[in-house]
Order: sequence, then structure tokens, then C-alpha cells
Amino acid sequence: MAEIFVAHVADLKDGDRRIVRAARHEIGVFRHAGAYYAYANMCAHLGGPACEGLLFPQVVDVIAEDRTYQGQVFDESRMHFVCPWHGWEYDMKTGVSAGDPKKRLRKYEVVERGGDVYVIE
Amino acid sequence: MTSHTPGGAPRDIKFDEFHSGTSLKNASIAARKRNYQDFLIVDVDAHHYESESYAEVFSYIESPVIRRHATESASRGGRSSMLGGSVGDQGLGGRITRHWLRGKEKVADTGKHRDISTTLRWMDAIGVDYCCLFPTPMLFLGTHPQPEIEVAMARAYNRWLCERVLAHEKRVISMLYLPFNDPEATYRMVKDFGDKPGVVGFMVTAPRYKPVHDNAYMKTYRLLEEMGKPISFHAAYNWNDQSLALTNRFISVHALGFMWFNMVHMTNWVVNGLPERFPKLKVMWIESGLTWAYSLMQRLDHSYKMRTSDCPSLKRKPSEYMREMYFSTQPMELPDDPSILEATFKMLNAETQLVWSSDYPHWDFDLPQVIYDQPFLNERSKRNILGGNAARFFGLDTKPVKNIPVYE
Repeated sequence: MAEIFVAHVADLKDGDRRIVRAARHEIGVFRHAGAYYAYANMCAHLGGPACEGLLFPQVVDVIAEDRTYQGQVFDESRMHFVCPWHGWEYDMKTGVSAGDPKKRLRKYEVVERGGDVYVIE
Repeated sequence: MTSHTPGGAPRDIKFDEFHSGTSLKNASIAARKRNYQDFLIVDVDAHHYESESYAEVFSYIESPVIRRHATESASRGGRSSMLGGSVGDQGLGGRITRHWLRGKEKVADTGKHRDISTTLRWMDAIGVDYCCLFPTPMLFLGTHPQPEIEVAMARAYNRWLCERVLAHEKRVISMLYLPFNDPEATYRMVKDFGDKPGVVGFMVTAPRYKPVHDNAYMKTYRLLEEMGKPISFHAAYNWNDQSLALTNRFISVHALGFMWFNMVHMTNWVVNGLPERFPKLKVMWIESGLTWAYSLMQRLDHSYKMRTSDCPSLKRKPSEYMREMYFSTQPMELPDDPSILEATFKMLNAETQLVWSSDYPHWDFDLPQVIYDQPFLNERSKRNILGGNAARFFGLDTKPVKNIPVYE
């Protein structure tokens, strides 16, 4: 087990991310809504750099009481990061694929120590 | 527990640069791991964005009137212009970042067209030796209301492609666009361009409303057969099609549209006995995936046994003719149960008739591993589908020529 330096705490602001090289592959480390999340930078689909895409909240169909469709909204409480190769979306908090819940990215622990952020491989 | 920073400093992602090679780094690592360097891989369906070169392409338009019209209207994209466009969402609302970052890619000035440099980059990155390059916006040109515009653009694009791209790079080949709404111009295109370097066949974009069995096309099919040049049908959608207009999301029109037009053309092709009339004409169906053919073979065979009188030119079941045609793989359906995919491969005679395609750089591109990682295929079958079958179809040298980047 090894700690890999990610960034100084002050340099990794909310919404920021870093890609670090681990022994076998890369890991994407996000700071989102005051918390850290780290996942293997390898999409469960075809191996794309899943942690290098845009962040998109979950899109939700608005269905009214009478079951009619009333448009779409973003659910800002459910943030996804999106693989830039094909658009596979992953839940920021769990790394579970939005399109295939049986698929998830390997998750890593992130720690703050001495003013620095580390991911534990 | 130890602290370290292996393999360089942490990277930030700023979305302000793009490189076809580094964006596909994971694909290169996968390609090296699977030893793609050792055998031929041919991509029968890849794209560039000819619209980025419209200024050059328009200069090749033969009619001075249409050339002036094209040049003048080029700056009016989105409003009334000569070529118009198609409603769609291939970029997934911006999620496919290469679509909007592509313009930032830097290439060295080699004296050759920029598209050659960027194409070779992604080809090497994913392990491709030869790619059959097709345009992008022109996939929708078959629905243009003015046949003479389709003809003018097709001739200009084909001449530009031959002179500026194919003549300068042997690894890039093409099946040239046929202006199918004008049968005479279609015939002339084959006559005029069939022997150009890098031209390995001709392609009909599927969204259009002229039936492939119209007598007006017979002399073109005969000419292609005599020249030994294949014909292919490249799928796309038309959201203005009366049936497809019922769909309200891009996923729907894409999933159906990319099958629909090829299903219609294939049905007409077989039912009207064209495989009997042109037994040596090689035919390829592009970018409809595989399940449509698996389904259509069974549907047509089922009805044929009762209705042979509807298609008296046929001497065998429809599926037997279809099984002698070629099918590109992408977007290859990957069912959870691999036995379903295995059955589909069996139905299509994949060992000899299936040809891998990437469709790169489009949003749903495939990598060679969609074939290479299938546990039910042996090494010989994998290599046939990834390159051997296409080499036979196009008449290509089978020696690998790619250079896959090496990452530590």
C-alpha cells in the first residue's frame, strides 16, 4: 500500500481534480462539494480515461402528478463525471455507472495530511 | 505505508488542448498489450470532418454558379445556406469533449493536409494499419432537395479527397461518395474516379428515397462488377423522415435510423434479385451494427418460404445471399449474455464476412478489442475480422505498417 501525493490542500479547490500515476494505472482524484473522491482512470466500457471528462449532474425527466411529462432538469445533488470517449457517466460519490449499475470504477481512499492530499493505492 | 509520486507530477485537466494520440493513450496501452503490432488491422469505416476544409472543397466545384453559391453561403451556417445541416446531438450535450476540443489540436506543417496528420495519429494510437475514410456532414447530403447540389458536392469532395489526401497517404483509403439521386452522375462518378489511387470502392449514404433496384442503377452496378470495385451502403438517420420524426430523443432516432434505411435497401437488394444479376459485385453494409441483419435474415427467410412468387429471381433463401455480403461491426452491440453475440456472429458468417470498423472520431466509436476480447473467437477469427477479411475485400497488402505508441 502506498500514499501518492495529489496536491497541496490549498491548490485543490472545489470542482478541481488531478490525475496521478499509480503503480499500474492512473487514478483520478476529484474535490467535489467539500469531499474527495478517487477512482481508477479507466472506463468500464472500453477503457477510456473516465476521470478526464466533464462533470454533469444527473438529468431528470419531470413527471407531474397526472403522469404528464413536463420537461427535464438537472439534479445538482447527483453529480456525475463523464468519460470523454463515449459519454459513460459515473456517480461522483460511488463510481457506479449510470447506464449499467453492475459496472463501477475501482474506488480509492483519499487522505489529508500535513496540508497535502494523498490517494492511497 | 510509503509516500511517493510515481511517473511524474499529478496532471490537471483544463479542457484547453487536444491531441488525438494522447487522448487515446489508454487505447494504445491496450493495443500493445494485445500485440496488435504483429498483425493487420483495417478500419473499414472512419471519418473526418470535411466541413473544416469546405473552403478548399468548394474550390473544386465544377459549376461556377454553384461554386459561387457555395462560397457565398459558407458563412451563413445555421441560416439559409446551400448545404444546410442536420438536427442532432452526436456530442451528447458537450460530454464528448473531443468534438469541441478537436480544433485545438496542433500538427506540424508536413506539407500534407492536416487531416492526414490527425488521422494517422489516431490510427496508430488504436492500432489501425489502413482506414477507409468517409466524410461526416455529407452523410446527410442524400436528403438534399436539389440533386444537382448533391452531384456538385460529391464530385468536388471526391476530387479534393483524391488529390489532397489519398494521393499523399497510402494508409488512408476511401470508398467514394456516389450522388445516388442522379443515376447518370452516379455512373459517371465510377467511370471518372474508379481508377484513382486509394479509391477502393464506392459508397451510397443510406438516408435517401430512391430504391436501389431502380433500373437506372443497373449499368453502374455492372460497371462496378466489371471493375472489381465494391459498393457499400453507409447508414445514417433522417430525423425528418415521416416515421423517424415520431421519435423525440437522439438515442431513438440514432438507434432506429442507422438500421432503418439499410434494412430497406437490403430488403430491396435481395428481393429484387440483385445478387443473382451481379453475382461478382461485392457489397458491404456499414454502421448499422449487427442485430439488424440477424433479424432481417430470419424475417425474410420466414416470408420467402411462403411467397417465392414475390421474388422469383431468387434461387436460394434471402439469408444465403446476405451471408455472402460484408458487414461492418460498429456500433457493435454487446449483450450481457455473450452467447447471443456468438449466435449473431454465426448467423452472419463472421469468420469471412465480418469486417471491423471504428467510426472514429464519432461519438460511439469502437476499438479493436470489441472483437479481440471475445472469448468465443479463436486467434485466426479475430485477425480475419480485424483485418484479413477487409484486406481480401479491398485487395490490400497484409503486412502491418502501423506504429503504436509505447507508454511506460
